[in-house]
Amino acid sequence: MRITRRVGAALVATALLSVAACGGGGGSGSGEGEVEVFTWWAEGSEKEGLDALVGVFEEQNPDLEFVNGAVAGGAGSEAKNVLASRLQTNDPPGTFQAHAGAELTDYIVQDDIEPISDMYEEKGWNELFPEGLLEQLDQDGEIYSVPSNIHRANVVWANPAVLQKAGVDPEATYASLDEWFAALDKVEASGAIPLSIATDWTQVHLLETVLLADLGEEAYNGLWDGSTDWGSAEVTAALEDYAKLLEYTNSDRQSLDWPDATQLVIDGKAGFNVMGDWAEAAFATQDKEFGTDYVTFPVPGTDGVFDFLADSFTMPVGAPNPGATEAWLDTVASAEGQTAFNKAKGSIPANTEADTSDFGPYQQTAIESFQQDAIVSSLAHGAAASVSWLTDITAAVSKFGSTGDVAGLQEGLVSAAEQHLES
Amino acid sequence: MHHRLKRFGPPLLLISPTIVLVGVFVYGLIAVNVNTSLTDRHTRAPAEGYVGLENYQALFSDDTFLFSLRNLLLYTAAFLAGALFFGFLWAWLLERGARGEGIFRTIYLFPMAVSFIASGVVWRWLLNNAQGDRASGLNRLLGSLGLDFLQTSWWTHERWGILAIAMPAVWQLSGYIMALFLAGFRGVPDELREAARMDGASEWRMYRHVVFPQLSPVALSAIIIIGHMSLKVFDLIMAIAGQSNYTTQVPATQMWIEFTRSDYALSAAIGTVMLLIVAVLIVPYLVATYRQERSR
Repeated sequence: MRITRRVGAALVATALLSVAACGGGGGSGSGEGEVEVFTWWAEGSEKEGLDALVGVFEEQNPDLEFVNGAVAGGAGSEAKNVLASRLQTNDPPGTFQAHAGAELTDYIVQDDIEPISDMYEEKGWNELFPEGLLEQLDQDGEIYSVPSNIHRANVVWANPAVLQKAGVDPEATYASLDEWFAALDKVEASGAIPLSIATDWTQVHLLETVLLADLGEEAYNGLWDGSTDWGSAEVTAALEDYAKLLEYTNSDRQSLDWPDATQLVIDGKAGFNVMGDWAEAAFATQDKEFGTDYVTFPVPGTDGVFDFLADSFTMPVGAPNPGATEAWLDTVASAEGQTAFNKAKGSIPANTEADTSDFGPYQQTAIESFQQDAIVSSLAHGAAASVSWLTDITAAVSKFGSTGDVAGLQEGLVSAAEQHLES
Repeated sequence: MHHRLKRFGPPLLLISPTIVLVGVFVYGLIAVNVNTSLTDRHTRAPAEGYVGLENYQALFSDDTFLFSLRNLLLYTAAFLAGALFFGFLWAWLLERGARGEGIFRTIYLFPMAVSFIASGVVWRWLLNNAQGDRASGLNRLLGSLGLDFLQTSWWTHERWGILAIAMPAVWQLSGYIMALFLAGFRGVPDELREAARMDGASEWRMYRHVVFPQLSPVALSAIIIIGHMSLKVFDLIMAIAGQSNYTTQVPATQMWIEFTRSDYALSAAIGTVMLLIVAVLIVPYLVATYRQERSR
């Protein structure tokens, strides 16, 4: 009897253990009237933007409940891993954030998201968004997401005080990279860092603007559909310009992330920095005055081109509550939603009807360019190439950062393009 | 039969959860991993078929992967040599009766309590490669000591950058190795030392011929412990250099990169290669221990 009791206790312990081991799984399952919005906007100006958007959503849809599914960390890479596993187990959120454009390819191929061209048609969104943007969103005749905001990638941020000290006119504009090199030389001679840069992805960011400057808009677009040859002499020339630009940069780039590189310009330690216009928030929060404390201009050679990236929201296949998701997308597309979100985040609305009268002076210039300029897709931010292609390009650029071998860089880029264009 | 059940039943029942869990979550998943590495699952979609050893061929013809294997080898060699050297040295000094042994032991052992991620964040700053005016961390220290010529690019060095990552690892684990060796020293009976002294051996010869030989099992354990930790290095590199930095690529960081872009077959192949590398170190050790225990 004693033994059986002991056996019984052991059995209970075993059962408990296995329950503990298997627990913790299972989906949350959004009920009626809920929409879970999955983003990586967990802090800073991104969080403020999301909060503002949620405010508009709750006003427009008092019956629906917003559930924040934000996952922080790694500039979105943590969130993407979590998302991948949720999609795999058929537990999609109500909607998720993704960069508009080629980054969506993977989700489309896996049938994770629904095409929403009909929704565009029905709700008249085709008239709300500029045509150039719709073209970039188009994937084989269908649109899969609703852009919430627009950022510009090809922007140079400069510190006028540093430039003046080096004998460079802060108001000068540069028609080409060659003209810019002369200014960079002067800044270097003055003892400041001519061009500040940070870790690998910011180097890809710089490379993309150089490719755009040297190849021009059309050939740059051709890089992503195979009509421009990555192995061509023009690309070699661009890569050489990139190599030359890299020589003007701070040696500790690998240890920095973009806010550090932008901070070098803010602190007057560096003359120029190439960064997307989310950098505006860094200047604004430190009470810097646009035009006096910092100036901006398009990367030399890319004037008249708007290198865009956009965050967007999707309609996942099997979303728990499609009606609620549609309501969320409605708010995202609406003029009120876009105004509230972008004012807080520091980006500009994709919706041309959004009220932008009280946006900041930099944002006003971006709004103007966005309406006039040719629009191209950013590489470093998921608009131009799929995630996997971008990973290969980043690896090649990172390798180049330590070896300085231009031919090797081009070889890496060519083989990456071959691999991803055929598939 | 009933008798046997009485004898073996309860113990078997008690260890069965462990057997089941280890069977499923360790060996089962290793099998799944190897299986995935033989397929063409390069996206999140299910695999379409088996491709044999194609993924492994792709890996071993990839310069970057060979570079990261070389990095792993360099890192392991530096980590092992450094940790064993300092661990042994400190243990010997304490064993010789340094004053304040308790304090030193604590100080040396403390770094081990810090996670690699936490110390990595600090070392990221210490090993900043800016030189001259903007130098920070160790380069700044060298600069202010007038040793500017010693400032280096640390982990961003094109060829030897990985060795800089071994510095924090050595710093963190030397204390642990010291504790191991100290226990080894204390395990040598005083009678043996006295006998050696009686026979007229000098202090050095006593250590050389009586004490050190008895430390070899400890040294072997230390090599195994440090070695298998070193072959799995990931967190320290992620904290200091980040995943995409070229100079500090090792198989684990490459596995992570492939995983995050949903190339599951390739990342599974890298995982299998890593498992094999660790097995080369661990299996002979396990076999040797098993034999020893049986002969006892």
